[in-house]
Amino acid sequence: MAAPLSVEVEFGGGAELLFDGVKKHQVTLPGQEEPWDIRSLLVWIKKNLLKERPELFIQGDSVRPGILVLVNDADWELLGELDYQLQDQDSVLFISTLHGG
Amino acid sequence: MCEMSEEYRESAPKGSPPPRLGTRDQKCVKCKEGLPVVVIRAGDAFCRDCFKALYVHKFRAMLGKNRLIFPGEKVLLAWSGGPSSSSMVWQVLEGLSRDSAKRLRFVPGVIYVDEGATCGQSSEDRAKTLAEVKLVLQTTGFPWHIVALEEVGRPSLFEGLGVFSLPPSVLRCFAQEPVGTESAYKAAVDSFLQQQHALGADGVERQSQHCAQDPHSPAGPPTTAQTQALSRLFDSVKTLTAKEELLQTLRTHLILHVARNHGYSKVMTGDSCTRLAIKLMTSLALGRGAFLAWDTGFSDERHGDVVVVRPMREHTLKEVAFYNRLFAVPSVCTPALDTKAPEKASIHRLMEAFILRLQAQFPSTVSTVYRTSEKLVKAPRDGCVAGPRCLLCMCTLDVDTADSATAFGAQTSHLPQMQPPVTQAGVAAGPCCCAGMGGGPSCYRGEDPRAQVMEQLCYGCRVNMKDLPSLELLPPYILSEAQIRSQRATAEQEVQEYLLGDSEDEARTGES
Repeated sequence: MAAPLSVEVEFGGGAELLFDGVKKHQVTLPGQEEPWDIRSLLVWIKKNLLKERPELFIQGDSVRPGILVLVNDADWELLGELDYQLQDQDSVLFISTLHGG
Repeated sequence: MCEMSEEYRESAPKGSPPPRLGTRDQKCVKCKEGLPVVVIRAGDAFCRDCFKALYVHKFRAMLGKNRLIFPGEKVLLAWSGGPSSSSMVWQVLEGLSRDSAKRLRFVPGVIYVDEGATCGQSSEDRAKTLAEVKLVLQTTGFPWHIVALEEVGRPSLFEGLGVFSLPPSVLRCFAQEPVGTESAYKAAVDSFLQQQHALGADGVERQSQHCAQDPHSPAGPPTTAQTQALSRLFDSVKTLTAKEELLQTLRTHLILHVARNHGYSKVMTGDSCTRLAIKLMTSLALGRGAFLAWDTGFSDERHGDVVVVRPMREHTLKEVAFYNRLFAVPSVCTPALDTKAPEKASIHRLMEAFILRLQAQFPSTVSTVYRTSEKLVKAPRDGCVAGPRCLLCMCTLDVDTADSATAFGAQTSHLPQMQPPVTQAGVAAGPCCCAGMGGGPSCYRGEDPRAQVMEQLCYGCRVNMKDLPSLELLPPYILSEAQIRSQRATAEQEVQEYLLGDSEDEARTGES
C-alpha cells in the first residue's frame, strides 16, 4: 500500500497550452496498492489534468515522441523511463520540443 | 565468440531492463566522474558541465569550420522566440563576452517578426507577447528590430516595414561578393585583431551598446486594414501546407529586406538538426528536391548579397531543450499556425510525426538524414548558365519548358498550338493551359495575371500556389515584380525574334 505522494508536475515548451496555459501543478497522488510510477502518473494526468487533445500529449501508454520528460532535472532515460518509481516531493517536467523553432 | 557471449550473460542480470535504460549509477561518459543528467545520441550520458561544454563547442565549431563569417561583419539573428533560436541568440551573447582570444568576432543584431495576424491572435494577446519579447531583447543588449508581418509603411520618417510595403527589389538577387578564400579569412582575422589592440579591448562592446535601442522601430502597432488584408490572404489559402509555405516565404522576404536596409550581410537562423531533417523530407514531398542543398545546408546564398547561415544545424531538439532548461535560457512561447493541429493537417506535421516516431525506435534516424543532407552539393544544372529565378523562393528555376516529354513539361509548354504535346496517361495539355493553372502560353500572358505569376515560379512554389485561388490577395510587391519580369521577358523575346528573323533569312538565301 503506497502512501499518498506530493509531486510537482510542470509543463514547458508549449505543452502547457494543453493544460489551460498553467505551467506548474502541485499534485497529490492518492495512496494506492502499487507504487506510483511514471506510467501510472501519465494515466492520472490524462484523467485529471489534461483539458483537451490527449493525442497531442500521450501516445499509447507513453508520451508522444517529441516530448521530453525530466525527473528532478535529469533525463528520464537515465532513470528507467516509464518504470521509474516516484518519490515524495519529486518534480516531473514535460517539455514539448515540437512547438516553435 | 564463445567468450564474448559468456561476458554478456554475466553482465546482464536476469529480468533487468535492456542496457539502454541505464540506472543512475552510470557515470558521465566524458569525465567519468560526474553524475549524468542527460542522454544524448544513443546511450551517451553526460553530466551537466560536460554537456554544456559539448553544446557550446558544437556551436563554435560549426561557425569556425565553415569560416563564412568574417570579423566585424554585421549578422542579423532571426529570433522566433522558440527554443532553438533563443538558444542560438544566447550562444552568440555568451560567445561575444568571452576573453579576447576565443571571442566571437562579428556584430550581431536581432530581429523578431510578429506573425500573430496569420493565426488570428487578438491584438491584446499580441501586445502581451510583444512586451515579453521586448524584455528579452533588452537583456541581450544587441540592437533589435521588431517587425509585424503586415505593417504598413509610415510616411517619410521611417522606412515602411512589413510585407504590404516591401519594394519589388526584395525579390531580386544582387551580385554576389566572391566568397573569401582561406588566406583571405586569416588575413581578415589578423587585421581585425590588430585593430582591436589599437582601439582597446572593449571597442566592440561600446559600439554595440550605442544602438541597443531599435532606431527604426515604428511608432505603433500595425493598422487594422493591413492586419485584415493579411488575415484575408491566409484565410483564402485552402490547405495548411500551403499556408505554412507561404508564411515562410513572406517571413524570409521581410527579414531579407530588413537585413539589406541595415547593412547586415548575414542572417543566422536557429534551425536545429531535428528540424532540418524534417524539413529535408518535407521539401522532397513538396517538390523542392532540386533545392535541398540550399534549404538545409549550412549556408544559403541564393539571395546574393545576404547569406543565410544555420549554426544550430548539429544540435538536436532534445539537446536544445535540455540546455535551455538547465541554463535558464529565456524564450517566448507563441501560438503558431500549426499549434494543436492534428497529425494529418499538413505535410509538415505528417513528416514531423513520421520522423519523430521513427527516431523513438531507431535513434539514429535524425542523424542519418542530417548526414545525408551534408553530402548534398550545390552544383548548377548541366549546360545552364545562371537561369531565371523563382519569383517566391528565389532559387534558380528547375522547370524545363523545352522538355515536352514529361507530363509537367507538357503542362508548361509555351506553344501548345504549334507542337502537339506528348500526353501522358490522364494528362491533356490543352485543357491545362486553358485553365490558366499551369505555366501559361505566351499568347495568354497579357490577359491572365495568374498565368503570368505561375510561369515565374519553380515547381514547388507552383504546387503551393494551386491552393491559393486568387493571387490578387498576395502583397503588391510580388505582383509588381511578376509584371516587371513578364514585361522584360516579352521585350527580350521580341528582340530575339527580330534577330532570329534576320539570320533565318540569310540561311534560306544561302541554301537556295
